Amino acid sequence: MANVHAGAAAHHPDQAHDDHHHDQPATGIKRWLFATNHKDIGTMYLVFSLIMFFIGGAMAMLIRAELFKPGLQLMDPVFFNQMTTNHALIMIFGAVMPAFVGLANWMIPMQIGAPDMALPRMNNFSFWILPFAFTLLLSTIFVPGGMAAAGWTLYPPLSLQTGDSFPMLIFAIHMMGASSIMGAINVIVTIMNMRAPGMNLLKMPLFCWSWLITAYLLIAVMPVLAGAVTMLLTDHFFKTSFFNAAGGGDPVMFEHIFWFFGHPEVYIMILPAFGIISEILPTFARKPLFGATSMIYAIASIAFLSFIVWGHHMFADGMPLAAQLFYMMSTMLIAVPTGVKVFNWTATLWRGSLSFEPPMLFALSFLFLFTIGGFSGVMLAIVPVDFQYNQTYFVVAHFHYVLVPGAIFAIMAAVYYWIPKWTGHMYNQTLAKWHFWLSTIFVNVLFFPQHFLGLAGMPRRIPDYAVQFTDWNMVSSIGGFGFGLSQILFAVIVVQCMRGGQKASALVWDGARPHGLEWTLPSPAPYHSFTTAPEVE
Amino acid sequence: MDRKSANRKLIRGLLIMTACSFAFGWALVPLYDVFCRAVGIGNAEAKAGPAVAREAIDPNREITIEFVAAPASVGSYEFRPTVASMRVHPGKLYDTAFYAKNLTSVASVAQAVPSISPSGTAQYFHKTECFCFTSQKFGVGEGRDMPVRFIVDPQLPANVDRLTLAYTFYDLTQSTTRP
Repeated sequence: MANVHAGAAAHHPDQAHDDHHHDQPATGIKRWLFATNHKDIGTMYLVFSLIMFFIGGAMAMLIRAELFKPGLQLMDPVFFNQMTTNHALIMIFGAVMPAFVGLANWMIPMQIGAPDMALPRMNNFSFWILPFAFTLLLSTIFVPGGMAAAGWTLYPPLSLQTGDSFPMLIFAIHMMGASSIMGAINVIVTIMNMRAPGMNLLKMPLFCWSWLITAYLLIAVMPVLAGAVTMLLTDHFFKTSFFNAAGGGDPVMFEHIFWFFGHPEVYIMILPAFGIISEILPTFARKPLFGATSMIYAIASIAFLSFIVWGHHMFADGMPLAAQLFYMMSTMLIAVPTGVKVFNWTATLWRGSLSFEPPMLFALSFLFLFTIGGFSGVMLAIVPVDFQYNQTYFVVAHFHYVLVPGAIFAIMAAVYYWIPKWTGHMYNQTLAKWHFWLSTIFVNVLFFPQHFLGLAGMPRRIPDYAVQFTDWNMVSSIGGFGFGLSQILFAVIVVQCMRGGQKASALVWDGARPHGLEWTLPSPAPYHSFTTAPEVE
Repeated sequence: MDRKSANRKLIRGLLIMTACSFAFGWALVPLYDVFCRAVGIGNAEAKAGPAVAREAIDPNREITIEFVAAPASVGSYEFRPTVASMRVHPGKLYDTAFYAKNLTSVASVAQAVPSISPSGTAQYFHKTECFCFTSQKFGVGEGRDMPVRFIVDPQLPANVDRLTLAYTFYDLTQSTTRP
C-alpha cells in the first residue's frame, strides 16, 4: 500500500516510558496465564490452533482410512459420523479461526504502529476461553452416546437425537462464539483507535483491512449462531418447538437461521487469507499491489454479499422459484469481486522480479488452488446443477479446496512470512520448501479425485460406498495420509525456528522494504511494538 | 477525546451491535413464518387452522386427491389412509378417514401434521374437521379410524388437477408425560 517510512523513532529499546507496562515478560506459567501482551497472546492462539489442526487432522486420517476401501473396516457408522462432525467443528472453530486471530494479535499492532492491542485483558480472556471450550467439546467422546454425529451444521431433528453430549456441545459452541466476538471487538477498537499518526484507513495494510471487515462479520453473525443453538437447546430440554413439526415448528427454519450465520462464516475463514496473500505477493514480486484500493472495495462487497446468499446451501430443500433465482444470481455475483481480487493478484505478479521463498510458494499455490475452489463454487451456485451435486463428494471437494489450499495455505504462508520477525531466526528454508511441495502435491491427490467421485454420485457423510468408487477413494486416501504426514514437517520447522537458527535481519525479505511498518522493527520484534508512534507519510 | 473514552464509546457501540445480531437471530423465527405465509409455503397454512368458505359446487371439474400417511419414526404406529385417493368436485364437502394403531406396549399420544403439495396450493384446501387439530390418545394395541372432512376451493388454479394430502404422525408420548 502507501509507502511507509519509519521515523528514526521506530524503537528505542532502552527508552524509559509508560511505567504501567512491564517491559519484560513475566517468567514461567504466569507469563501465559496472565498474558496481556499481544505477542504472547498471539503465540498462544497460534500454538493452540496448531494443536487443534493436528487433532482435527487425526480425525480426518481416521475418516480417510475408513474410506480407503468399501465396506466397514475400522469403525461403526456412528463413530464415523462423530469423526466427520467433530473434524469440521475443530478445524473451523479450533484451527482456522484461532490461527487468524493469532495472526491478527501479532501483526495488527505492528502494522498500524501501535504498542499493543487496545483491550489487553479482554484479549487474555478471549484466548483462555478456547482451551476450555475445546476440552469440553473433545471430552464428549467419553460421555454416553458419544460425540455429536449430526454434521457440523447440526440440523434438527437429527442433532436433537444426540446423546448426553448435546448440552456440552451447545455450551462449547457458545464459548467459541463468545471468544470470537471478543476477539473481533478487540481488533476493531485497535484498528479504529490505535493507528499511528498519519496512518489513515486507506494507507493501512490490506491484512488489517481484511481483518477489520472480518471482525464486523463476526459481530454480525456469531450471535445468530448462538441464538440458533440456544433454540436447539430449548427444543431438546424445555419442550419448545422451534424446529419440531409436531409442535408447529419447522426444521427447515433451522437451516435458514444456521446458514444466515454459516455463509458469512465461510468468508470469515477466507477474508483474512485474502489480506495475507495481498501482503506476500507484492513482497516477492517486488512491486506494489496492483489495484490496492479496489482490493478493499472487493473485500467489502464480498462481505456484504455474504449476507444475502445463504439460500444456496438449501436449494434442494424446496424453495419458490423466485427465491432460487435470487440466491443463484446473488451467489454468482460474488464471482465478480473475487475475480477482481484474483485479477489484481495476477497483475501484481506480471513483470515482477519474482523470487520463490516458502511464503511466496504457498501464496502462489493459494492463488491457483483457491481459484479452482472458486470455480467449483460457481458450478454449485447454479440451481439445476446443484440438484445433482447436492450432498455429494463434489461439495466436499469444493469446500476443501477453498479451505485447505485456501485458508490453511494462507495461514502457513503467513507463518513462513512473519515468523523470522517473531523469533528473530530464519527457519530452514530447504525443509520449508519440502513441506510446500509435499503439501501441494498431496493436497491435490487428496481432493481433486473427490470432484470425480461427486460427479459420479458418491454421497458425502457415508462410511461405506458402492464398489465403483473404490479407485478414486484409494487415491484420495493416499493423498490424505501424505498430506497429514507432511504437516509434521511444519511443526518441526516452526519449533526449530523458535529454538534458534540463523539470525534474521530487521527487513527479513529484501523485497519487504516498502510493504509495512512491521519491517522497520528489529527481529525479533521488541516485547512492546511501537512505544513511540512511528511517523507515516 | 482521549483514547480511553474513545475506546469505551466504540466498545459500547460494538456490544450493542452484538446484542442486535443476537436479537435478529431470534427475530428470524417470526419473520420466517410471515414469509412462508406470504408466499404460501411450509406448514404456515396448517398453523393458521381451517378457513371455511362454502362456495358453489363446480360439477364440471374433477380433482384427484391423493392421501399419504407416514409415521415419524418406524415401529411405533401403523398409520395409513383408508382410501388411497378420491376424485372430488371443487366446492363440495367430502369425508375420508385415516387409520392409526398403537404398536407399542404403552399407552401413547400422537399428533399428525398435514402438508399439501404441490407448493402454493395449501390455501385452496380447506379442512373443516381433521384429526390433526388435536392430539390423539391410544391405549395399548388400540387402533381406530380418524376422520378428515374437506372442501377444495373452486378458486384452485386451473392447471392443478391433482393434490396430495400428506400426514406425518408424531409420537408425543415423551413430551407430554415428561415432568
